[in-house]
Formats: sequence, C-alpha cells, structure tokens
Amino acid sequence: MTDNRSKISRRSILKTGAVAGSALATPMFFSNTANAYTNEPKGDTVTFGFNVPQTGAYADEGADELRAYQLAVEHINGEGDGGMLNTFSSKALKGGINGKKVAFVTGDTQTKSDAARASAKRMIEKDGAVMITGGSSSGVAIAVQGLCQEAGVIFMAGLTHSNDTTGKDRRANGFRHFFNTEMTGAALGPVLKNQFGTERTAYHLTADYTWGWSQEGSIKKYTEQIGWNTAAAVKTPLGAGDFSQYITPVLNSGADVLVLNHYGKDMVNSLTQAVQFGLRDKQVNGKDFAIVVPLYSRLMAQGAGENVKGIYGSTNWHWSLKDEGSKAFVKSFGSKYGFPPSQAAHTTYCQALLYADACQRAGTFKPSGVGAALEGFKFDGLGNGPTEYRAEDHQCFKDVLVVKGKENPTSKFDVLEVVEVTPRAQVEYAHTDPDVKGDLGPYNDGA
Amino acid sequence: MDVILLQLLNGLDKGGAYALIALGLTLVFGTLGVVNFAHGVLFMLGAFCAVVFNKMLQLGVEKPSEDTGLGFAPPPEVVPYVDIWFGEEMGSLITSYSVPLSIILVIPFMLLVGIIVERGLIQHFYKRAHADQILVTFGLAIVLQEIVKHYFGANPLPQSAPEIVSGSANIGTWLGVSENLVYPWWRLIYFGFAAVVIAAVFSFLQFTTYGMVVRAGMNDRETVGILGIDIERRFTVIFGLAAVVAGLAGAMYTPTLPPDYRMGMDFLVLSFVVVVVGGMGSLPGAVLSGFLLGIMQSFAAVASYASLVFPNPADHSGFFYNILNFIDSWVFFPGIDQVIIYLVAVVILLTLPRGLLGRAGVMED
Repeated sequence: MTDNRSKISRRSILKTGAVAGSALATPMFFSNTANAYTNEPKGDTVTFGFNVPQTGAYADEGADELRAYQLAVEHINGEGDGGMLNTFSSKALKGGINGKKVAFVTGDTQTKSDAARASAKRMIEKDGAVMITGGSSSGVAIAVQGLCQEAGVIFMAGLTHSNDTTGKDRRANGFRHFFNTEMTGAALGPVLKNQFGTERTAYHLTADYTWGWSQEGSIKKYTEQIGWNTAAAVKTPLGAGDFSQYITPVLNSGADVLVLNHYGKDMVNSLTQAVQFGLRDKQVNGKDFAIVVPLYSRLMAQGAGENVKGIYGSTNWHWSLKDEGSKAFVKSFGSKYGFPPSQAAHTTYCQALLYADACQRAGTFKPSGVGAALEGFKFDGLGNGPTEYRAEDHQCFKDVLVVKGKENPTSKFDVLEVVEVTPRAQVEYAHTDPDVKGDLGPYNDGA
Repeated sequence: MDVILLQLLNGLDKGGAYALIALGLTLVFGTLGVVNFAHGVLFMLGAFCAVVFNKMLQLGVEKPSEDTGLGFAPPPEVVPYVDIWFGEEMGSLITSYSVPLSIILVIPFMLLVGIIVERGLIQHFYKRAHADQILVTFGLAIVLQEIVKHYFGANPLPQSAPEIVSGSANIGTWLGVSENLVYPWWRLIYFGFAAVVIAAVFSFLQFTTYGMVVRAGMNDRETVGILGIDIERRFTVIFGLAAVVAGLAGAMYTPTLPPDYRMGMDFLVLSFVVVVVGGMGSLPGAVLSGFLLGIMQSFAAVASYASLVFPNPADHSGFFYNILNFIDSWVFFPGIDQVIIYLVAVVILLTLPRGLLGRAGVMED
C-alpha cells in the first residue's frame, strides 16, 4: 500500500502556494478567459471610458473634454449634425462601430496619477470599458497609459504635452493626437529668432514635474541653437500660488527674456505677477524685455486676461482656424454649448473619432487589431491639415500653431491670434532621437 | 542688495496676508476656544465678493452682438448700467476701482456670514472636543468651496487693480540705489492696508469698552458671565469681526493672486502654522509670526545666493564663492521655500514650546 501522504512534500506545497498566490494576485482583467480580448463587447453596445479631471485645478479643461466626448459619441452613433465626421478623410464610419452603438462611462482623474489610475481601473473592471481616453496632465497620462497596457485596453491620450508620453514612456497600447514639447520648441525657435533676434538671455521658471522638465529642455535646446544664452532655470513647485519670490531675482539676473514653463493656474498666476513687476515694459541690455509662454490654451489665456497681450506661445489647435474641419467642429460644438471649443475639447474629440474609425476599419475592438489600423494611418479634415499617426511611437505628426495674445480682442473668446502655422516637416524628429527614444513593446490584448 | 530688499518687500507683502488670516484665527480661538478650519474659506469668500462686485458693475442692457461667422450665436454684448447712468468715462473709472470699492460689499456680507456660521453651527460645538470642531469646520469649508466652484468654475478669475496703481513703483530710483528695484504699487498698498486693519483691530480691543470686555472674557469667561455681561453675544460679534478681517484680506488680495475656489485652503494650513508659532491665543504673536514666516519663505525662494553676491562670472572660482555655492545646493534647493515654514516651526516649538508670544495655560489642559 502506497502512502499518499509522502507525495505532499515541502516543494509541492511551495509550488501550489506560488501558483495559487499568483492567480490571486492577477488582476481580474487578466483572468477573464471567456473573451478573446479584454472587455470584448458582446451585446449591441460598446463602452468607452472617459477619464477626465472633473475636480481639481484642471476641472474646467476636463469639463470641456467631456463636452467634446459627448458630441463625438453623438456623431459616431450617427446623430446630430455629424461635426467633423463630414470633413474627415476616412469615410468608414456609418453610424455606430462594427454594428454597435457607443455607450460611455466617466471617471474623475482629479489631476492626480493615483486617482486617475483608480478611476480607469474601475471603468475597465466594473464597467467593461474597451478603451480609456482623456486626461489633462502628462503625469496622469503616463500613469494611465501604463495601466491600460497592463490591462489590455487601448489608451487614447487627451491633453498631454510631455515628450515622455510617446517618448521614453511610450507603450504599444497608447496613442497621442496632441503635440509635444519637442514640436513646440521646433516651431517656436525660428519665430522667436525673427521676433527677438539671436542675442538674448533667457531665464526659465519651470513647473517641477515631467511636463515642466520636458518643456524647459526643449525650449533651451531650440533657443540655444539660435544663439540665446540661458541665465538660469529655476524649478517652482506645482500650485505655488504666489510666484513673486521667483520673479524678483529675474529683475537683476541680466536676462532679457522670461520663459514660463507653467500651465493652467500656475501660468495664470506667474504671468500675471511677472506683468505686475513691470517685466513686459522693462528694457534690459537696450532691448525690450520679452515673456514667452511655450504652451498656451485659450482657457488659460482667458484666465490671464489682459496680461497675455503680445506674448508668444504655441497651441495644438485654435477655434479661429478657417479650414473646413475646424469650421464644422466650431459650428457643431458652439450650437450645442453656446461657446467655441478649447484645444482640449478638440484633441479629445479627434481621439474618439480616430479610435472609432480604426475599430471600424479593423473590423474589431481587439487592441492589436485597432493599433495596426492606427499605425501609419494618414488622415485629413480634423482641423490640423494632413496628419499621420507614426507607427514607431504612436505620436501624431501635423502642423503646429504659433500664437500670441491678441492686442485687440473682439470677444472674451478671441484672446489668441495665430501668428504662424509651422509645417509638419519642421517639427518632425526621428523616433530614435536620444531625447525621445523609448520602447513600445508588444500589444497587450488582455484576456 | 536689490534682491535682498525685493525679497524683504515680498516677505512683508506675503506676511501681511498671513498675519491678517492668522489674526482672525487667533481671535476666534482666543474668545470662543474654537479651532476654525473654515477660516481659510472665509478668506476665499472675501475674494469672491470682489469678483461678484465686479460682475455687478458689469450688469447692464444686452445688445445683440455682430455675427462673427462662426455658425452659432455668440453671447450678446452688455452695456453696463454704470456707463448708462454716469457716462462711459465715469463708468469705466468706477469699474476700474471695483476691488477697493468691493469693501462696501465685503463688510456687511462677511459679517452676516460670520454671524450665521457662528449661530447656526459653531455654537453647538463649544463644549465638544477640538477634534469635533476641526471636523465640522473642515466639512463646512468643503461645502462652501464646492458651492463657489459650482457657480464660478475651477479656473482663476483675475481682478485688476485700479489703473492708476496697476504699474510698479521705482523704489530704487527714489532711493538712488538702482533702477532694478521696482515693486508693484498694489503690493505696497496691500502691505499698508494690512497694517491699517491690524492696527484697527488692536485699537478696537485695546481702547474700547467693548474690546475690554472681550479681552476680559478671553482671560476668564466665567467671571465676566457672573458680572452679568452676555459674553456669548459679544463673542458672536467677534466671530463676525474675524470673518470680516479674513474677507477684507481676501478681497484686497485678488489683484495679486487671481481667486479660485481652492485659494482659502492653500492659505489655511500656513496660517495655522503661523498661529502655533506665534503662540496659541496671542494676537501680537500671530501678527509677528505672520510677517516673520512670510519673510523667511521669501528669502528661501532665492535659487542662488552665490551668483547674487558674485554677479561677475569671472569671480566664480574663489573660496567664498564655492562656500556659497555649496550652501545654495544643499540648503536652498528647489522647493525649500515650501517647507521652510514648517522647519522653522519645528525649531521654534522645540525651543519655545508655547510659541513666540504664547501665554501659559492656553491649550495646555
């Protein structure tokens, strides 16, 4: 008679424990073997997850993103006036996607990485979202992109401008329509040279997180290429409120340009205070002092009021553009909400449309299939001219707008004027460039 | 030298706001014994009074705006009543003075808010533990913040100083020092305003009979009650007064810092540290530590003292330069200005456990 007890060895217990432990530790989205991929839609609807800041400092941008998503869902489902679907070069969408209507759930990122990951996780695990999109901070975008890669769903980034999102932190399941700091630098450099000459000394105030570092690096790189010196680059904490103690040292630094690598509330405060200290009217080294705000948004410019007049920066899109796509979007959004859309609304609307179109062309919602349809996809009619989703880093390449604060605004929305549309060729860089290189890795389809 | 003077002015300006908030906090704590976590929100409400007053001045008759060709109807233009009543020139002058003029709205509104909050909520927590008071006032702060966010949104709403003082004062030229020594007029005005309000509150408490009774109540509430004085009613007024001081501080701060719904919380935590460092229950302590910590914070933000002392790059190699450079990189690292207040608080409380001017017996039971 064999003694079965002898088979239960220390080693087999350890093995069983390890297997059971790893099964328990595996998130729900890895263990759903019934589907071919995570959250494969079974009924007559497909669920999108809109993860935007509904509270916190970027709540107004988040609210505009949500408005744009709701409009996009209407248009994808074949309702409303169709907006930019009428001007979009791809004509694949015919009301719904792959025979399903789009439904959506929303989450609040609070502009915090941990909160954003928690809400994205909830939408994937509990609500069955097959795609997550949105956000208004690079820190949040990179965190959520990582989560989506692990979960096996596509992430269509919202308003994120750091190089890292499609640079060193790029992931196969993540795609970005918005531009980045490298493109801002490449577009702004020549305009700053024409406007302010080559003998300038810049002083940087920089928001102390991934986007601020990326923005400072890009502007330094392109301004030093045109002959400018950098006097100092001072990091400022996010949400500092009163920047006067950082601005007063600028007065005696010998610098004749102040670069504000700030966004949102920080930019509104630092620019307002810089103007109060007389920097806009100052003369240094026989030249007029200049202020540059590399990344502008209309909502921010409205927040800073009169202080933005004559100040240069860049933006992804502006409602005053006169191409057919922009006109259709402004009309559609304005008719529904009573005011023109922001760049945040534009990029998120485009992302929703681009994802839906890719699913339709691929005939599936499977991440690897959708990704293949997006990689190298060339399109037009979405407000930025001919655009391409580059296969190697999942970054959209298109023209970049250089803008400046309008001297004589005609309405409270009319705060920026487009100075130059920088062609795509001038802002394009190699995906292997040391400043932006990264590894996409393989697609994760999840289940 | 210019930078030192500028940072000193910055510190006084920032310290003015801290001192005004801390003064109200201490007043409420000293009289009612309540730790009021909603005090920062009163500062924010005052700031939004300035926003509302400005919006009131913008009220007027709508006239259809011209078609912008955007494909949707733009919002109609408004001709303000003040322009219609007083003429365009006078109307825009009044609108330009909206921040200082908003004081006429701030005083009655904040007094009313203070009295309603004290009678409606705070009075039920006098005999409860400090933890309960903190929780209920913190909850109140969140509710008031969310109400403001609902009506005004999350973005900052910039307010302008009157045009005549919107520029900078050439202090350096006056003193014959350097033309780089300029400072915004409004910040100088704010410092003066803070000094006047602080002097007024101290005078009220020191030189009026009402103030004398309140001071007596702060020291010994029971004996004052035995003497037949309704100290509770006086304390309600004091809560209203603290709300007015916080509101005035907030309204006048709006041209410096565009208000948003969270600004009160940003100031509240710092103001509590100011109160503790000054000494719980000590009004002069609150003012002194407000200015002291404002100045410390301002000086900690200077990124490089080495290049200030040795502005010429040719001198960037000597022994003293290297010493200063070492101090810059190890002491004045980025973000030190955000924590210096707490570091100083730790040092002061370790050496003076009651704070700078704290009285014996307060929060020691």
